[in-house]
Amino acid sequence: MNTEPEVNLKLAQEHGLNEEEYAKICDVLGRTPSFTELGIYSVMWSEHCSYKNSIAVLKTLPRDGASLLTQAGEENAGLVDIGDNLAVAFKIESHNHPSAVEPYQGAATGVGGIHRDIFTMGARPVASLDSLRFGSPRDPRVRYLVDGVVRGIGDYGNSFGVPTVAGEIYFEECYTGNPLVNAMSVGLVEHHKTVSATALGKGNPVLIVGSSTGRDGIHGATFASEELSEASEDKRPSVQVGDPFAEKLLLEATLEAIATGAVSGLQDMGAAGLTSSTSEMSARGIEKTGSGGIEIDLDLTPAREKGMTAYELMLSESQERMLIVAEKGREQEIIDVYKKWDVNAVVIGQVTDDNMLRVRQHGEVVAEIPAMSLVLGGGAPVYIREAVEKKPDTPAADLVTDSSLDFKALSLQLLSRPNIASKAWVYQQYDSMVQTNTVTPAGQTDAAVIRIKGTKKGLAMKTDCNSRYVYLNPKAGGAIAVAECARNIACTGAKPLAVTNCLNFGNPYKPEVYFQFKTAVEGMGDACRMFDTPVTGGNVSFYNETSLGGERTAIYPTPTIGMIGLLDDIGNLVESTFREAGDAIVLLGDPELALDGSEYLVMQYGTPGADSPAVDLKHEKNLQELLVTLAAKKLVNSAHDVSDGGLAVTLAEKSIMNHDRMLGFEVDLECANSDSAARQKLLFSEAQGRVVISVDPGKAGAVIEEADRLNVPVRVIGKVLPVGASIAVNGKPVAEFSIDELLHAYNHALESALHLEEL
Amino acid sequence: MADVTVGIVVFPGSNCDHDTEYAVASFPGAKPVMLWHNDHDLKGCDAVILPGGFSYGDYLRCGSIARFSPLMREVIDFAGKGRPVLGICNGFQVLVECGLLEGALIRNAGRKFVSRQTTISVANNTTIFTDRYEKGEVLRVPVAHGEGNYIASPETIESLESNGQVAFRYTDAGGNATEEANFNGSMNNIAGIVNRQGNVLGLMPHPERASEALLGSEDGRRLFESLFAHLGGA
Repeated sequence: MNTEPEVNLKLAQEHGLNEEEYAKICDVLGRTPSFTELGIYSVMWSEHCSYKNSIAVLKTLPRDGASLLTQAGEENAGLVDIGDNLAVAFKIESHNHPSAVEPYQGAATGVGGIHRDIFTMGARPVASLDSLRFGSPRDPRVRYLVDGVVRGIGDYGNSFGVPTVAGEIYFEECYTGNPLVNAMSVGLVEHHKTVSATALGKGNPVLIVGSSTGRDGIHGATFASEELSEASEDKRPSVQVGDPFAEKLLLEATLEAIATGAVSGLQDMGAAGLTSSTSEMSARGIEKTGSGGIEIDLDLTPAREKGMTAYELMLSESQERMLIVAEKGREQEIIDVYKKWDVNAVVIGQVTDDNMLRVRQHGEVVAEIPAMSLVLGGGAPVYIREAVEKKPDTPAADLVTDSSLDFKALSLQLLSRPNIASKAWVYQQYDSMVQTNTVTPAGQTDAAVIRIKGTKKGLAMKTDCNSRYVYLNPKAGGAIAVAECARNIACTGAKPLAVTNCLNFGNPYKPEVYFQFKTAVEGMGDACRMFDTPVTGGNVSFYNETSLGGERTAIYPTPTIGMIGLLDDIGNLVESTFREAGDAIVLLGDPELALDGSEYLVMQYGTPGADSPAVDLKHEKNLQELLVTLAAKKLVNSAHDVSDGGLAVTLAEKSIMNHDRMLGFEVDLECANSDSAARQKLLFSEAQGRVVISVDPGKAGAVIEEADRLNVPVRVIGKVLPVGASIAVNGKPVAEFSIDELLHAYNHALESALHLEEL
Repeated sequence: MADVTVGIVVFPGSNCDHDTEYAVASFPGAKPVMLWHNDHDLKGCDAVILPGGFSYGDYLRCGSIARFSPLMREVIDFAGKGRPVLGICNGFQVLVECGLLEGALIRNAGRKFVSRQTTISVANNTTIFTDRYEKGEVLRVPVAHGEGNYIASPETIESLESNGQVAFRYTDAGGNATEEANFNGSMNNIAGIVNRQGNVLGLMPHPERASEALLGSEDGRRLFESLFAHLGGA
């Protein structure tokens, strides 16, 4: 037998627990914890599992809605009714720190983990999305990270057989040493086939299924709950290794096992593996019925190596494993299904009624803990941190007013910015069509849309966050992230339904970071309430900080929003790009134009400005309703919102994003003041609440009528041409392009910026 | 009109099996049946399809383990009797690994997985899989693979060409076999080949993903139609 280290305050602190927390553990147990118990508490009370610094704030988000079948935190992912006896399970999660030290495996296991959260509910994953943030593409290590992360996402998803349908990728210096990898999975399930992550029924057998347990990923959850440093490289062993083939078998076997009716409860093993699955399933059972608990015998757990200690087995984050509670007497049916798929399924314990999590090894009890004391909502600590506003000291730009600006060159330069240029290099590495539901290729709709076989319906989905806005103004930025997501969904004709979020921030113990967090969540909450899109779950990733020029800096606060929407009739789908020459081009929305927060300001003036764009949530709501109405009445031929890069970029994208149907445009913008500053704003402002649509001229009257009814400012600004593109202001040409010039600027700029040929 | 029964092989790691099932079921008179890799039973089917995916994970060479599965022995016998076998993407890789088709499929020239719409042209419209197409007709059919770069010895290429065994080529929209259209680096822009007897077809593009206007193309349908008509169905 290995001699275990003596448990004391010092060891607890090395496990990331503070003095107060350690005292609480001793108090709950009435004794000093064993080494294994200390390990269990340390991961369950880590930020990653306990949400101890965020839960109080998260609870302010709206979590109720008529179509919600589960509430945030109740199950592994949100569950939303979409009619036809179908529900959508969806969730977004971060895998930032693993991807920072081992980009390929970090990203791959991020994808694998989020899919498990979905099929553990009985839902088949039908789509995935990825929201990525990196440092400057000029940095060689950033190039290495981009290449690894993209390959990792691709290899896992392509093999697993779930289409990657949408995503985003941004480059900002603040992410240099701490990239963000946020993966979202969307699944479909018939109502009667859903499974709960709850351990119920005394004597029901508990099974571990899937891969054997190895020494990989021990303390991954704790690793995710601290800042990255030079020493982080040594934590590569904390990064798990993914096996998409094993997960594919696990998926098929699990859905087949659920269909037998012998599965009572099910939870995947993600962060903190066996520890979190046993304690969380126990706790849910206790909450629902007043009594429960699980006891397991580690001698029965299939292990990859001999001599693994209880501590290691309980804390391992080996991938592609799940915990099943079977209906007593029917466990063999489950085992047979897994055997057919060549997957391990072994009974390791049973459900109890003494409210304890009890772990045995070599005939001895090595851990015996009141299950509720471990979990969020039970005994896990909850903190409200100090929040102090620290405004960014970025200056407002002094816009040039002379007439020397070359708007054509500026527009093309903007189109070539890595944050705006075509992301084809990324998404062509992802299978976007497997499962044969993907209705339009990437970039041709504002949100991805898949059809739902057997129905007329379509499901729209999107991830979004402009973190520069959140940095400049956390509240408005948080609201804009939700608003833009909803706007994109509505552009396709779908009605926004519900939200999942991945909140990436710096160290919450820094008051200015906690202020960003708290305030961004307020903004998100305001938007979600206005749009009636409740938050169904997600995750929080703190401690995203790295050294830049010797100084520790937090990333831009990045509350990534994932949203789903429902299109009642897939036949009403609206694409982003121009469809017919001769159509009228119509601009919806007429906010005051400013350049604050814009990509243009960063490019041309080297500052993000002093504030984010403003957001009018009531207007956004009306705009969404208008877009959904126009689509349902078939009044609109295309819709694309004005976002990164402003109106000039929106028009260019509408022109070239569908390679099979490229069309030009002529646009004339009116402006009381047409000096150079005003023109810069007209072309490049990222003012919110705007959408450019194209409309059959015969239907323009009806469109204007609908817009007036919903109080959405509407203006015809030009028409679609077969070839050639031009923008004028007050009748005076400002920039003229050929389609080829737009394509040239847009198409391969990302690869060039990343110097990918050198990889 | 007799029903055509179409067996679709399910290897562990197949992930286009249900897509293929869905596409086959959309043809009146065609009935898909799923065939389990570990069985020896072809369930009396009239044709066998090896679908896309990552059979057995494909951590080794793509298709190299699938060829040893129990069911593949039956499929090889079936093909030997002149019965039709169609391999799509990973299925094509399995067919070259087990020797039912000549040549090999190696890593894409650009060393990356490529997922996108492509244009291919019909190089031979006299096979049982292609006779509902015009010769030289350009089709829009998507691809998604990392190892689809077709290679073979000069003699094999020569005999494939002279026997009319090249069924499809990557071309531009005008039907020209350009270097640009040949995104994965295949010899002679080869996207799909048949065996000498003409009863086994392997191709990298996914006709089952081009079988519905809603998904952007119906150009893959006539491949299935050709086959089913030949078998006395549709």
